[in-house]
Amino acid sequence: MNKNSNTYTFLYATILVVVVATALSLTATGLKSRQQKNIEVEKKQNILLSVHKAGGLDTVSDRSAYIEELYSRYIVEEYLVDAAGNKKEGDAFAMNMKTQYDIIREINASGVTDEEKAGLRSKLSLPVFVCRNDDGALKYIVPVYGLGLWGAIWGYLSLDGDFNTIYGAIFDHKGETPGLGAEIAFPAFFNQFEGKQLFKNGQFTSIRIVKGGAPAGDRHGVNAISGGTITSRGVEEMLKNCLTEYKPFFNVMM
Amino acid sequence: MNTERLFWKLFTAPIGKNNPITVLILGVCSALAVTVQLEAALVMGLAVTIVTGFASLIVSSLRTTISPRIRIIVQLVVVATLVIIVDQVLRAYAYNASKQLSIFVGLIITNCIIMGRIEAFALANKPWLSLIDGIGNGLGYGMILVIVAFFRELFGSGTLLGYQIIPESWYIANGGFYENNGLMILPPAALIIVGLIIWVQRSFYKL
Repeated sequence: MNKNSNTYTFLYATILVVVVATALSLTATGLKSRQQKNIEVEKKQNILLSVHKAGGLDTVSDRSAYIEELYSRYIVEEYLVDAAGNKKEGDAFAMNMKTQYDIIREINASGVTDEEKAGLRSKLSLPVFVCRNDDGALKYIVPVYGLGLWGAIWGYLSLDGDFNTIYGAIFDHKGETPGLGAEIAFPAFFNQFEGKQLFKNGQFTSIRIVKGGAPAGDRHGVNAISGGTITSRGVEEMLKNCLTEYKPFFNVMM
Repeated sequence: MNTERLFWKLFTAPIGKNNPITVLILGVCSALAVTVQLEAALVMGLAVTIVTGFASLIVSSLRTTISPRIRIIVQLVVVATLVIIVDQVLRAYAYNASKQLSIFVGLIITNCIIMGRIEAFALANKPWLSLIDGIGNGLGYGMILVIVAFFRELFGSGTLLGYQIIPESWYIANGGFYENNGLMILPPAALIIVGLIIWVQRSFYKL
């Protein structure tokens, strides 16, 4: 057969595409459950890290079993809350914070009237995870999501029962600059949040990320990252925007 | 030349004298990006080796049937398929490494070494020879990645494969005299180290 003919070229391309498509869909379907599992375990690990569990991960041989075990031991409740702070139906663990962030971003866009804001807020379903420590104290974990310099940043913040004092925090990112913005994922940055307070004299202030360093004893601010100004600002915005939507829930629970 | 010697020559040339990164200056971009940590470099080297090896093998097996008018498209489809499979397998079995490598696994498709070897070798040679050539080139690439990552992780983070190598007590924070070199974790450090390797290699082989 003439290899330069149109028929040959079309046939060749068709067969190639069918073979390739079959191979790819088989691989994707075959590996899907395992990949899903990895993502789930990572999420559980982050939730546990925000309440200071899951330490000593490097010494465990079967990470995912270890995480699963800790998760079922400490995380006693998961639920969704609406914009008024009331619990609502739904699977909190499966809720992707990105979808909530998209709504929150619309709420904070310029030129949105109060009426539109209320309409957008009615669509919110914010996840809350409850952790019971060994001493019986309950800690409330809320996810946050926002934008850094190069892409998405997200994290989990755990609060004491007063819904004011931060018990722990953890952040992660899609691709911030290594050594600069990427430092938000290291304990030197997120450990600063422990003991900080979200409310100042009853007023919601969120946490400020202070360039040049927060003054010693500042209960509402932490040090920004040198050379990671835009990422630091992104963290501050993320906390402010997301926690503002959780505020009614905090008020209900307080 | 007997077959065994030919195989051996094909396999070792890209690791030494014909190294794709340092001699042919191919695939430098990813060499800069994924060499902050040794583990990522090892996984990346392995992934590229698998892709170059199988891409060369498959294209070489098809070489007499490929319609010349869609030659490049066919090659791209083969390479892209292999890369997606590697990416999916990493996501399932080496999740942490795949997270670290992020988009760079997908970008293996654009790695000049792969298309370069297919065009220059696989299209004109038998499948087994092409497989050896592809694996050799992948290993040559991986080797440079590992050398660069070794220095970058050791001096940039004080660790190797995540294990602390520089004693904690040396650090200024713990009252010592040592501090990690911040330049090492940024791309320019890779450029400098690759440059030094090129210098050493060229003077060694008198290129």
